[in-house]
Amino acid sequence: MSEIKKFMYVNRKAPYGTVYALESLEVVLIGAAFDQDVSLAFLDDGVFQIMKGQDTQGVGMKNFSPTYSALGDYDVTKLYVERESLEERGLTLDDLLPLKYEDEDDDWAEKDSIKLVSREELAGLMEDQDVLLNF
Amino acid sequence: MTLEVNGKTFETDEEGYLADLNDWEPGVAEAMAQAEDVELTSDHWEIINFLREYYEEYQIAPAVRVLTKAVGKKLGKDKGNSKYLYELFPYGPGKQACKYAGLPKPTGCV
Repeated sequence: MSEIKKFMYVNRKAPYGTVYALESLEVVLIGAAFDQDVSLAFLDDGVFQIMKGQDTQGVGMKNFSPTYSALGDYDVTKLYVERESLEERGLTLDDLLPLKYEDEDDDWAEKDSIKLVSREELAGLMEDQDVLLNF
Repeated sequence: MTLEVNGKTFETDEEGYLADLNDWEPGVAEAMAQAEDVELTSDHWEIINFLREYYEEYQIAPAVRVLTKAVGKKLGKDKGNSKYLYELFPYGPGKQACKYAGLPKPTGCV
């Protein structure tokens, strides 16, 4: 039996301009096949990755933000967003994509994947991880 | 590589996946299936169309596990299992059905 490890993908960069956000998302989707305890953290400019209403026509890159809505299907259901990072950018939870998942253990009830956490709480969550992957 | 369908030429990658999914038309799926000796039935089309809708919404080709679950939810439990999907697409519902649907190879599929 392989042991289940806690993996956290830490996303700190804006979605476009560098390839980090897209790479992170692809690794998450691939890694989801391995049945580990996976969570994602969005902080600093990383919070822009899951903003609503992205339009990439002007930058000539594919808008991959709809893919975050598929994370629930991949059983990736813990998306931690740092409250301070949102506030520093004048954003609120309403500016983010309404990401949901269906809880298998609760009669497939639809639940929010995004959890707002303080900087201090996020630091604690990071402490608990076996593996942190920074993007 | 290229694929000829009804006098039109389509660009594909080295594994036969369509280079630009916007070029797709049903004839592309027919031609790809024919090359693999598969006769497309309405059951095949149901999955191909499902994949195209999935891509339209999420911008990815789903992993087999995810496809199976999603098909089960949308089309019923008798279709949402790997036996059913592999019978339709013996080369793997991820790879083969996505190819016919004009989608890229599923992320993480080798």
